[in-house]
This record gives sequence, C-alpha cells and structure tokens, in this order.
Amino acid sequence: MPDAPGLELIAQGIEEGRQNTVIETSFEHDRATLVVNPEGVLHVLTWLRDTPEQGYTFLASVHAADYLPATPRFAVHYELLCRERVERIHVKALLEDPAAANGDSPSEAGLPEIDSCTELFPTADYQEREADDFFGIVFRGHPDLRRIAMPDEYVGWPQRRDFPIGGEPVLYTHNEIEAPRWFE
Amino acid sequence: MADETFRDEAEVTERGIDPFTEDPAARLAEQIAEQAERELEGPGLEPEQEVLTINMGPHHPATHGVLRLIVTLQGEQVIDLVPVMGYLHTGIEKSCEDKSYWKVIPFVERMDYLSYFFQMEAYCGCIERLVGLEIPPRAKYLRILHMELDRIMSHLVWLGTTALDIGAISMLWYCFRERDRILDLFEMSSGQRMHTRYFQVGGVFEDIPAGFEQKVRAFCEEMPVRIDQYEALLDRNEIFLHRTRDVGVVSRERMLELGVTGPLLRAAGEPWDLRKAEPYLAYGDFDFKIPIGTVGDGYDRYRVRLQEMRESVRIIEQCLDGLPEGPWIADDRKYVLPPRDELSTSMEALIHHFKLVTEGYRVPPGELYYPIESPRGELGCFVVADGSSKPARVHFRDPSFVNLQSLRDMSVGGLIADLIQNLGMLDPIIGGVDR
Amino acid sequence: MEVERQSLRARQLRARDLLRGDLEGKDLEEYVEERLLTTTLENVLNWGRSNAIFPMTFGLACCAIEQISLVTSRYDIARFGAEAFRATPRQADLLILSGRVSIKMAPVVRRVYDQMLEPRWVMAMGACSSSGGMFANYAVVQGADKFMPVDIHVPGCPPRPEAVLHGLNKLQRLIRGRPDLGWRQRYNAVGTEEWARFESGKPTQEALDRAAAAIRSVDEGEGENA
Repeated sequence: MPDAPGLELIAQGIEEGRQNTVIETSFEHDRATLVVNPEGVLHVLTWLRDTPEQGYTFLASVHAADYLPATPRFAVHYELLCRERVERIHVKALLEDPAAANGDSPSEAGLPEIDSCTELFPTADYQEREADDFFGIVFRGHPDLRRIAMPDEYVGWPQRRDFPIGGEPVLYTHNEIEAPRWFE
Repeated sequence: MADETFRDEAEVTERGIDPFTEDPAARLAEQIAEQAERELEGPGLEPEQEVLTINMGPHHPATHGVLRLIVTLQGEQVIDLVPVMGYLHTGIEKSCEDKSYWKVIPFVERMDYLSYFFQMEAYCGCIERLVGLEIPPRAKYLRILHMELDRIMSHLVWLGTTALDIGAISMLWYCFRERDRILDLFEMSSGQRMHTRYFQVGGVFEDIPAGFEQKVRAFCEEMPVRIDQYEALLDRNEIFLHRTRDVGVVSRERMLELGVTGPLLRAAGEPWDLRKAEPYLAYGDFDFKIPIGTVGDGYDRYRVRLQEMRESVRIIEQCLDGLPEGPWIADDRKYVLPPRDELSTSMEALIHHFKLVTEGYRVPPGELYYPIESPRGELGCFVVADGSSKPARVHFRDPSFVNLQSLRDMSVGGLIADLIQNLGMLDPIIGGVDR
Repeated sequence: MEVERQSLRARQLRARDLLRGDLEGKDLEEYVEERLLTTTLENVLNWGRSNAIFPMTFGLACCAIEQISLVTSRYDIARFGAEAFRATPRQADLLILSGRVSIKMAPVVRRVYDQMLEPRWVMAMGACSSSGGMFANYAVVQGADKFMPVDIHVPGCPPRPEAVLHGLNKLQRLIRGRPDLGWRQRYNAVGTEEWARFESGKPTQEALDRAAAAIRSVDEGEGENA
C-alpha cells in the first residue's frame, strides 16, 4: 500500500491535474483511502491508471454504500490494484442524495449521479449495474444500465438503509395471534 | 438485449478470435451459411432473418445453477450472448445489516456455496483487522488447513460437473467419492458437512479432535494417486482434447481488463495469486507453486485446476507438519466467547458471555476491504462498521460475478457446444453471482 | 418330478372343484388369500410408481450439491430406483426443490411444476424451500408452499443426504397410499393443538372449510395462493 507520505504525493499529483478533486486522504488499517469529489472521479481513476509511477491498472471492485443518517448519504468505492508493486488504493466518492435536500421522493428529485468508468475499466460493467440496482445510483455513460439481480419491474432500491428488510414475522406463541395464517 | 447482426471480421478479430482462418468449426459454419444463402433463390435473406435467439433458461441442466443465457445464434454459431442473473438473489448483504457481527458468519457462508471457508475467512479477517485482533498461530494453520481442503473440494465438484457437461460422465462419481471423504473430515472437525460455521472472529470455533490429523494424512497420501487417475482418464483423451483445446481463448490483457482473477487468469498466463502476492494468514510459511497456463483455452484451465489440487495437498501436508500447539482462538474476551468451564467459576466470564451472546461485540467505526484467494479468484469482503453491534454494510466482491463478464468474450464466434464447455471451465457459482 | 407334477395337477383339479362351490364365504376368502396374491390394479401401479420415481434436476443453491452427492456412489439413490434424473419436466415425477427460491425464480418454478404431468410430487429439500430458511427478507419466498403444493419437507441446512433419502422413503410410502400418520395420531395426542386465537379452543368449521378450499384450489392449479 502506498504509505502516508506516498498518499500525500498522490493527492498532490491529482490536484495538479484538476483542482478541488481530493477532499481528504486517510490511512487506516494499512490501507490508503482517497476521498474525492464525484465530479472528478474519472480524472482520478485515469490519473491513477495512466501515470507511469502509479500504474493502478486493475480495478478490483466497484461498490456502493449507504451511510444514511450521515450526509453525504451515498458513497461509491473503487478498489484499485497495482499488480507490479502489489499495492492497493481505495478511492471513495461521496454522493449527495438529491431527494433528501427538500424531502421529495426520488422519482421527483432525481437519483444521485456519477460518471461511469466502464471506458477505463471494462470490469466495472456488472458491478456498476449492481450498485444501480441496489442503491439507485445512476452511472452516466454506462452502456447498458438496467437491473441485474432484482426482477426488471421491481420498484425500489433494496440495499438502501431505509428500505425495509421484508420477510415475514416468525410465528411464536406470543405473536401467533397477531400474525395471520395463510388460509385467512 | 443486443439487437445486432452478425459481426464483421474486423470486430471479431479485435477480440482475439479470428474465425475465418483459425477456427475450422466457424469456417465450416460460415460456409454452410453462405451455401444456404446461395441455395435459397429469390429475395436474398437478410442476415437478421437467419438469426435465432434462444433462451437457455434459468432451469437448465448445464448452466451450473440458475443462470439464464439469452443466446443469439446463426446456425450453431454463437453471435451474441447476454447473461441474465438474479434468479438466486437472496438479499444476503441486506440481511447482514440486521444481525450482530457473529450472526453474519452463517449468512456469508452461503453466498458461494462451495467455498464456504473462504467466505468465512474473508469476513472474519476483515473484522479482525477492523478490531485489531491478532489470531494465534494454531488458528492460522487450522484455517489454512480447512481452506485448502475446501479448495480441493471445490475443484473436485468443478471437475465432476464440468466433465459431466462435456460428456465424461463417470468423472462425476469419482470426484464426488473424494469429495465425500473431504466432507467426512469437515464433519469430524466441526460437526457439519457443509456450511460449518467453523471460523469465528479470533480464530476457529473448536480445536481439531484426536485422530483428525491421521485421517487428513491418509487423505493426503491417497489424493495425489486419485489426481493421477483423473489425469489418466482425461488428459490425453481425444474427445476431451478436441472439445477443450483452443476453445474459449481470451487474451491475458482482455482478462485483466475484465477484472478476471483466479484460475482463469492464471491459465491465460498471468502469474497472479493472492496467496503469493499478498500473503495473508500464514501462507508465507509454506512452499508451494502457482500453476500457470500458456494459451488460456479450456484445456489450460483444466490443467491449472488439477495442478492446484496437487499444490493444495502439499500445503496441507506442510500445515500438518508445522501445526503449532497453543490456543485455537484469541483470548480477548471482548470479542471471543470464554470457554464454557469458566462460566461456572468466574463472574467476569459470565458477563462477557452474556454480552457477546445477546448484543454482540461492537466494532469501532471504520471500513475495510479485505481480499483473499478463493478457488474462483479474488474474493473481497468490504465491511462498514459504524460503532454499533451490527455491521452497517457488508459487501462481497465475488469472483464468479466478475468472471462472468468474460463469458461473452469466450463464446462469441464459437459453437453452442463450446458455450457449454466455456461455462463449465469458467466455474461460476450462481450463489456468488447473485448473493 | 413325475410325482410333483402329478401332485400339482391334483391340487389344481382340487382347487377348481373347490372354487366351484364347495367352500363358502369366509372360508373361501381365506383359501384364496393363502394361494393367490390379491391386489388391485391401483396398488400395483402405486407400487411401481413409488419404486421408479424420476426426479427432476432442479438444483437451485447449496442443497443442489448435496442432491448431486445423493446420486453418487456413497448415498446411492439408485437403491431406491430414483437415479434417472430427468432434465425435462415432461418426463419427471418428482420435483426436488433444493435451494432457496428467490422472488425472481418463483414464477419459473411454478411454470416448471405446471409442465409436469400427473402424478407428480414435490419435495421441499432444505430449510430454505420449506420455509424460507434463515433468509427472512425481501428477496426469498418464505417457503415454496406459498405458491405450489409441497408433499414432503426435509429439514436441514443443507440436509444430510441420508435425511433426503429418509424423506424419499416417506414419499414412497405416501405414494403407495399409506401416508405416514402424523405424530399426533401415532402417539394418541389428538386434541393437544394450540388454537389460541379461537375462543372455543377449536377451529371453527368455517375456518376449516376455508382452509380445505384453499388447499383444493392450489391443487387444481388455480394460480398463486394468498
């Protein structure tokens, strides 16, 4: 992993190319994390991939997370790997939820958007579709953004924190009076 | 679904397959198609009209689980391929957010249901790093022992079912005979054949019983003999060679672009294995090799996996030779259950036990991605902890999910029978794809 | 040899004479039962059906691997005549639902079940297809009997192959027309059910009628149940 000074140098290199991209750097549990502005995520990934000293050419994972009470609510995480030096770096792009600002529903206020990195890393194809399916994050420029695991006509984004977990209550003696039987 | 006609030569060549000179089957298919067009006089048929789209539906004997493939065919040649997933989506990642940290372990085991020890290790390792817990050396060795047994078992199931798809039906019985021996070993150490819940945060749940070591050694003596027998059946088998040689070739660069890891990448020639590159647990103590292929066709993938089975046997033998004495789980009572005999004497132990069982331990806020090498590739576990006793997000970077993106590259331009073979050599486990 | 043939002939002649009218009623029945294997066509058919079940390859998840190990040499399902796993529902008798049924897969399962020909049976193998298993969430159907009739449930996660074979044996007995008595009948415990929600302590007749009607409508394939 790039150590803490190395991480600062990376942050500086990225900032030279595009201002106000890197919001924060953190180095925890032996992992380097760059928190970036979602608008600059393509610049960051391109810089990390193409700069000769960096060479993070392998995208191990793209995944999203929902930090609900905290704002910004969503984050898209990119795990990059440089195979030659065996170093990993973690890029995190924080996204606001447009619906939270004025209490609208997502269908009125719109969904959080970020640029898709399938041009740079074709491996992100299915993984971005998965993030879209479960969190509703729209990846601009993705060739084929549709639901991947839920049925096509499903309404809602299941892994958001405010989506109910679903299922049925397990029937015990104390709650079998409230729970309806299947034949009623 | 893609709505394209037959691709022209240039596009197909870019992908690394040149059907018109190298693949006799495609050349033949092209000749037949041309001849059919010539024979049908009258208004010439457009290529779209000769194209057939079929649905290898989720219920199919050869798709290794519930994977739906929408295949566009021209004759028997595959023009386009769209996998549709989600038929086994279980919402495991969402369920994990609802359970305390140790209750998540049985859930994550059932994702990729043939490599359950690897999923347990990815999750437990991630939590141990977040918490800063060191596991004792005996636990590390026991974990490696069980993981390598699981790797052999996963490859055996792969070999049995893939050979069954290709037509070598008796391999299924031979491979599952060895698999039952491995499951006997798992049952001996943990009580369950599959989904053992054996790894816990801090080490392993229980020490191995007396007699386990002898049984594992007996297994290790016999396993290479069995692998020799499998090779004798399939290695020089003419039908097997015809079906797997030079079929489903994807170049190494394209594999890396697609994020493919594991035996598929190694068969294409890239020496990348996380056990050697980023040694976790105690893999640095063992002497083993990584088998690499040259061409990247189905035959190379088969050979790589068979050789990996041999290397796993070597690791297990070294593991048994060097198994250290000592505790099998860490003794930090904040995260690990105290031994039961202490519960009747020590009040503290009782309080710890109560707290761990009812609410569970709390993990300080943080997030971490921890990758390991599962039989299918890089299995990564990403956990977001928010300081409470339940994880805020558990996500698995599953290797089958990412490897499935290469199916299209492997199969387009080939015959539909080769598609079945490619799917087998890809070794997808749909539980991991859909989670 | 000669003597035996003579005695056989003698016995046949005697039997024919007897059946003409010398024995009556109960004696006749006993006499015939001792000498002939009495059966009805239905019993024979059921015996044949139970011993030659064609299961269908319907592996969904982890239980599917244990199902494959049923076929293999250690837990040989061929001992019970059920080794011919058919891939097409048109030729299969038994649908072994091995694995969790997700909401996307449920219509597919129902369609495959509808394509099977009578007589057909369903075994819900494992906890996930019997009741949703450990996955009480939005994505898993909480038991396959929410949308299709299930004849036998085999618990376990995954059930040991021996447990599945035990389930298969019970199914065979069910097919032969001798369904295993529930444990309440076997241990003389009828009347110990907890019907807490009914004041009288027993289910009302109309609730029972509604339940019976619901079961019948599922069997006749009237679509999804509740």
